[in-house]
Amino acid sequence: MTASVYRKSGGARWLVAVALTFMVLFLVLPLATVFAEALARGFEAYGATLTHPDAIAAIKLTLTVAAISVPLNVVFGIAAAWAIAKFDFPGKSLLVTFIDLPFSVSPVVAGLVYVLLFGMQGWLGPWLREHDIQIIFAVPGIVLATIFVTFPFVARELIPLMAEQGRDDEEAALSLGASGFQTFLRVTLPNIRWGLFYGVLLCNARAMGEFGAVSVVSGHLRGLTNTMPLHVEILYNEYNFVAAFAVASLLALLALLTLVLKSILEWRFGYHHGSAGH
Amino acid sequence: MISLDGISKRFGTFDALRNIDLEVRDDEFLALLGPSGSGKTTLLRIIAGLAFPDAGRVSFNGEDVTDLKVADRKVGFVFQHYALFRHMSVADNVGFGLSVRPRRQRPRKPEIRARARDLLELVQLGGLEDRYPAQLSGGQRQRVALARALAVEPQLLLLDEPFGALDAKVRKELRRWLRQLHEQMKLTSIFVTHDQEEALELADRVVVMNDGAIEQIGPPEDIYMAPRSSFVSGFVGDTNSLPVTVADGVPRFHDRPIAVDAAGVAEGSARLDFRPHDIALDGDQAGSLPMIVTGAYRTGGNWRVEGTVSGLSRVIEIDLATDRPPPEPGQRLALRITRGRLFPDEKARP
Amino acid sequence: MPAKFTRKPRKGRKSIIPGFGLTMGFTLAWLSLIVLIPLSTVFIRAAGMGLEEFLEVGFSPRAIAAYQVSFGTAFAAALVNAVFGMIVAWVIVRYEFPGKRIFDALIDLPFALPTAVAGIALTAIYAGNGWIGQFLEPLGIRVAYNPIGITIALIFIGLPFIVRSVEPVLADLSSEVEEAALSLGATPRQVFTRVILPTLLPALLTGFALALARGVGEYGSVIFIAGNMPFESEIAPLLILTQLEQYDYAGATAMAVVMLLVSFAMLLFINLVQAWSRRRVGA
Repeated sequence: MTASVYRKSGGARWLVAVALTFMVLFLVLPLATVFAEALARGFEAYGATLTHPDAIAAIKLTLTVAAISVPLNVVFGIAAAWAIAKFDFPGKSLLVTFIDLPFSVSPVVAGLVYVLLFGMQGWLGPWLREHDIQIIFAVPGIVLATIFVTFPFVARELIPLMAEQGRDDEEAALSLGASGFQTFLRVTLPNIRWGLFYGVLLCNARAMGEFGAVSVVSGHLRGLTNTMPLHVEILYNEYNFVAAFAVASLLALLALLTLVLKSILEWRFGYHHGSAGH
Repeated sequence: MISLDGISKRFGTFDALRNIDLEVRDDEFLALLGPSGSGKTTLLRIIAGLAFPDAGRVSFNGEDVTDLKVADRKVGFVFQHYALFRHMSVADNVGFGLSVRPRRQRPRKPEIRARARDLLELVQLGGLEDRYPAQLSGGQRQRVALARALAVEPQLLLLDEPFGALDAKVRKELRRWLRQLHEQMKLTSIFVTHDQEEALELADRVVVMNDGAIEQIGPPEDIYMAPRSSFVSGFVGDTNSLPVTVADGVPRFHDRPIAVDAAGVAEGSARLDFRPHDIALDGDQAGSLPMIVTGAYRTGGNWRVEGTVSGLSRVIEIDLATDRPPPEPGQRLALRITRGRLFPDEKARP
Repeated sequence: MPAKFTRKPRKGRKSIIPGFGLTMGFTLAWLSLIVLIPLSTVFIRAAGMGLEEFLEVGFSPRAIAAYQVSFGTAFAAALVNAVFGMIVAWVIVRYEFPGKRIFDALIDLPFALPTAVAGIALTAIYAGNGWIGQFLEPLGIRVAYNPIGITIALIFIGLPFIVRSVEPVLADLSSEVEEAALSLGATPRQVFTRVILPTLLPALLTGFALALARGVGEYGSVIFIAGNMPFESEIAPLLILTQLEQYDYAGATAMAVVMLLVSFAMLLFINLVQAWSRRRVGA
């Protein structure tokens, strides 16, 4: 497509070599390391680590957390995108900035705010203890922290997409007698399905992989509040490298699956997502 | 009959529509004509119930529908860019309006399909039921959008720039076809356009809009031959405009008297508008304009001759018959304006 | 106004599309519950401390050292990424080479790979006995367990921010513009410095700021390779966590406020750059 004037210059091959070396060093090598280390003691040891009850508990917890936080973010993302993209109101760009805020907050700080709110020393701590509700060092805290760090993913994907599609299709459906809900279900949703899928994909990858924020609120109770990334840390700190990399390899497979699905979306369905910021 | 009564609409500090009164007769084909920003699309959307006026009333057959939404007004709306549902086949697009009806009023699926097929026959797209919008040409999409709007049996058809996105040849064919379709269906229709040719060719009556207000309403012939303002004569058809001074009932261009009736025109500065074909060439120097030819080209059966008149910075365009060769650049012509219209001068332009 | 205006002007009915109240209400409620209220608790807590105590714990020598490590390494990593990320984006947009699509997809690996996984993998590569570390150690170069290691982790984390910011601008920059510059007598070097680089600058700045913001707050990929020595290789997020585990809520809160203010400043900077870029090139 683009015939660069630099194409034929002698530096081209050199530039490609630099870029490839950089990518191999920083992208390919870490990925390869995970699988190499995980299989360092063979497949048997690999399988044994993954069937350990603590590992299974961690996998279950991670799936549970994602199963709660991703749908909530989908509902939020669709609602926010509908309000922001289909209507005009003052303060719109401020609202978008607020929605983006969690991207620029350190995960550790994200976890900390929930500890300050719900922890023993927190504002609601005494009240929660009185009513025997535990949020920090328990699953609800992990879910909350995960929702926080994945907050913008779906909304960010849908807002530019829905804004670009405008209101014509919805107005056409309404002019033909469709109700608001029919319009959303039969016209808007099909129009945004690839963007939604894209947002869910990235949201899910982050939800399952979040480490910092979850680390602050979880309390690292093995078998109880340990997600897969936290389990990786514990095993690693116990010098149980093979087990740590085995669990890590599952997360790496998840990342690869995410990238493959994302590439299929981009190549097969020509989907171009709106923003570079995450 | 549709009547609009004192419709006004503001967007922020911008007056999109100011106090519009309009009556649309049954079965007529009405054009809303105006430059972009004149408020014509906003007016169409208010009639449809896609937008709501800040003040004023919309009524259909005497019934006040001002607060009714688009779904309850029984109108068909054809969008400028068609707004076809990309993920639905052509038949599903056309049948959409029927398929979203409440269960009790909803026809059965085969019925919806049969109805869609009939409508597609009507718009000459029989056999394309299973295509998707992306697989159609611009003109075909336009007709699918029309069939979709007709499927709900509207009492009023509204079209927003129906030919805006099409190339010149398709536009012309579709125009003729739409005119025929309207005569066949006798459905009250309003369309928005910025193309004067389109409005004059298609409409029974034309509403010329400018700056949120109606400049003139009338049959195409009146709009062209008897424009009521300088804006209308400038916007509809080619017009030359001369700044003149009216004194003692005689308009003068730089002290040169011009033989155009100035009855009823206030004394002082005014504009004299005349069409390129409303001139004659004669040797008589008194009361004529001397024009120096700068160029000529053919437009259909005429020579369109461009030239300058001393004391006027803009180019004058006139039409001459092709039975003679075109005048050479530099040649001097004496123009006599055979038919012109005087308007009070709004802006003092040279 | 004429007398026929019996009806009061209707206000605020701008769109016939339904659901504004519902979706806007839910958006604001959920945003407040999950993000705004929790974040404001940190500021309210900090406000209750008094300025003197805030400065004392928020800018203790150990905290200042931690900020320095976090900002220094994040800045260095963003600089490295600005150079190499631009080369990678350039190569991917402009050249064909085997496996291009796979590399293009892999650029997003840092977005998709959990940070803890990246952390242990990078440590395994660069530790003294690691794949690369074993070759560097005899040369007297230690990479892991010091700020260089932190920088390497942050290069990994930040790469996609630069590449994905620069890539679309580069793809939009038609070769016609370059050819026009060449036809006017510019040398290839001048085409780059006078035409391409200025066009890329807003995107490059945005990517740089995004990578920097992410790097300053990054935790998971860093702690394994960092060494975590106070005053040397201890990053600010880790110090916050350490203070929290020692029930030093005041210290953690004060540092969190500092970090948040820095994040907001960078967010503002990014928005300004984008507004400037929109004004300048109208995109």
